[in-house]
Amino acid sequence: MGQLSGPTDPAADARWEDQQPRKGFFTDTSICIGCKACEVACKEWNHNPQDGNLELLESSYDNTGGLGASTWRHVAFVEQGQERITEARESGRALVNLGMPRIGPPPTAASAGPDLANVDTTPPDTADFRWLMSSDVCKHCTHAGCLDVCPTGALFRTEFGTVVVQDDVCNGCGTCVAGCPFGVIERRSDGMVAVAAQREEQHAKHPAVPNVGVAQKCTLCYDRLVNDETPACAKACPTTSIKFGNHDDMVETARERVVSLHQQGLTEARLYGANELDGVGGTGAVFLLLDEPEVYGLPPDPRVPTADLPQMYRRAGMAVAGMVAAAALAFLGGRA
Amino acid sequence: MTHSEFDSFRPPEPARRRRAGGKRGTGRRDVGDGSREMPMVPEPEFTSYYGRPVVKPAPWTEDVAAYLFLGGVAAGSALLGLGGQLTGRPTLRRNARLSALTAVSFGAVALVKDLGRPERFLNMLRTIKLTSPMSVGSWILSAFSVGTAVSAAAEVDRMTGARLPLGPLRNLLQAVEGPAGFEAALFAGPLAAYTAVLLGDTATPTWNAAHEELPFVFVSSAALASAGLAMITTPVQEAGPARKLAVLGVMGDVVAMRVMGHRMDPVVAEPLHQGKAGVMLKWSERLAAAGGLGTLLGGRNRAVAAASGLALLAASALTRFGVFEAGLSSARDPRYTIEPQKNRLAARRAAGITGDSITTAG
Ligand code: SF4
Ligand code: SF4
Ligand code: SF4
Repeated sequence: MGQLSGPTDPAADARWEDQQPRKGFFTDTSICIGCKACEVACKEWNHNPQDGNLELLESSYDNTGGLGASTWRHVAFVEQGQERITEARESGRALVNLGMPRIGPPPTAASAGPDLANVDTTPPDTADFRWLMSSDVCKHCTHAGCLDVCPTGALFRTEFGTVVVQDDVCNGCGTCVAGCPFGVIERRSDGMVAVAAQREEQHAKHPAVPNVGVAQKCTLCYDRLVNDETPACAKACPTTSIKFGNHDDMVETARERVVSLHQQGLTEARLYGANELDGVGGTGAVFLLLDEPEVYGLPPDPRVPTADLPQMYRRAGMAVAGMVAAAALAFLGGRA
Repeated sequence: MTHSEFDSFRPPEPARRRRAGGKRGTGRRDVGDGSREMPMVPEPEFTSYYGRPVVKPAPWTEDVAAYLFLGGVAAGSALLGLGGQLTGRPTLRRNARLSALTAVSFGAVALVKDLGRPERFLNMLRTIKLTSPMSVGSWILSAFSVGTAVSAAAEVDRMTGARLPLGPLRNLLQAVEGPAGFEAALFAGPLAAYTAVLLGDTATPTWNAAHEELPFVFVSSAALASAGLAMITTPVQEAGPARKLAVLGVMGDVVAMRVMGHRMDPVVAEPLHQGKAGVMLKWSERLAAAGGLGTLLGGRNRAVAAASGLALLAASALTRFGVFEAGLSSARDPRYTIEPQKNRLAARRAAGITGDSITTAG
């Protein structure tokens, strides 16, 4: 058992001998165009079945809804007006002024100072409307709640520091689903959906759903990584919004990108998951966001529940002692 | 502020206070098309992604809540069984041992039934993982079941006048019966308490926020339920310890539940007081109090004892189902994830701690 919280190297914690550099994503949402190529590529590569009922969700161009057992990449669409843009810019500026930590030394001297007050904040693009698009994925947390609580060992830490389910070991107990602070992993139901009558034949041809009753999530394309290939989603991304590489390089790239956006006056830009001191020890998949995380459906202050596990066991121990004492008292305290 | 030349054709905007930090980013727009009613519920004061949940609720059905209850009953019964064994109360010992085996068997079946792949239930014992309360719990449950099964088998053998086809094993069974009772009782407390850790060690907001007090709630609930069952099954002459345990359990349960409610963040505690869960937990407290009072005042009367025992069993079941349901509903509403997290982040920032946020400026 490695450490339960704080900065660490997850693959080393898992005692890999032929450990590889930790792999990760940097998803730069500022250049995402919402094409959903990643969603499609992921589905195709991993043979993931249809998710949901082909219904329109009335949430901009997002008809996928969210990450789940059969959706391992999900593109979020958020429409915002001027007021919200201003607020996002302010909240981003507040982050800078708070002196939120920067990982490593700032790459350029110009970016170091918090003197963004004087920066011309005229946005280079649309001022009164914007469309946020962000491709969400499993975070491959340094301290992964899903992995920690899995009783069967179906979830494991790979030599690349990623988190993967072994489909043939998982017994579908569902503990991991509740253990993930990001709401990523899910148990796959049989995936049978009601289909429109006129398309019946077409849908009847759908192959049987694989891995029913088993927890499913992004594997960071483990099968491709072991063959030195880029994950399908990153490969398919036409704008390089999804960047894949060594985790350290990803964090570095993310830092440079946020600095250059700040220099353009886009103080709303911020990183999500790049801080190894956060509640999950930093994430393997780092994001550049243009608003508060909850706007994208991400938790604002996630914390791996297992970080408190020693405390929970202590409390449970006290409760057990209390129960035994009560029983002893009931029998010893004279005949009632 | 006019955005388009067609704005004048829209119905008037409702006068609505827009609070900084209010709900945005949800696709629901305020441009009424006349066909929809004005929402009567005030808009939530937080931002979310189209009101969709952030964390996912565990895919558990009520089977798991039933297991929480049955596991508790089994655990308490094993303790009562050992007590009966040590203090020479043969009827209490027999009934408690049989209750423990029955409850733990049904509980285990409920647990297996709830798996996505029930045929792979043995994978639970594939490894021992201390970070996984489910793994630790599976081992506790297994160890508990061994002692419980052996001691209950000895009782069945005795009840049937030594007619179980045991052959030479009978002597062995009689020899290990006592130690088996001890073994079961040794794992009884952990069996009653680990389920609280199982729920606490999740990202499900209400369960996670309850992690400090939930073990106390669960062991108390286990104590009062098993004592209630013993009061039903066992004549009053031998059920004295069960009555005392029931009263202690009720006190523990009511106090722990209250303390839990007070120490939790008020927002995350809401699901404990609302909806189905709220009703169940309210009745659980009432029934526990009624059962406790009945035990205290009329526990020496067989009928009153049985009625009180029934009330206690119901109270325990309602506690488990209520806590279970409250957690699931807290996961379904993004508010319970986002608001407390934002608040604690803001509190840390206000206290000058800025180094541990997942969102950074660079
Ligand atoms: S985001 Fe969730 S599913 Fe992915 S590694 Fe972290 S805890 Fe596990
Ligand atoms: S559902 Fe599967 S992967 Fe998830 S905790 Fe259970 S055994 Fe592990
Ligand atoms: S890394 Fe592979 S499994 Fe994960 S989202 Fe991308 S394509 Fe899907």
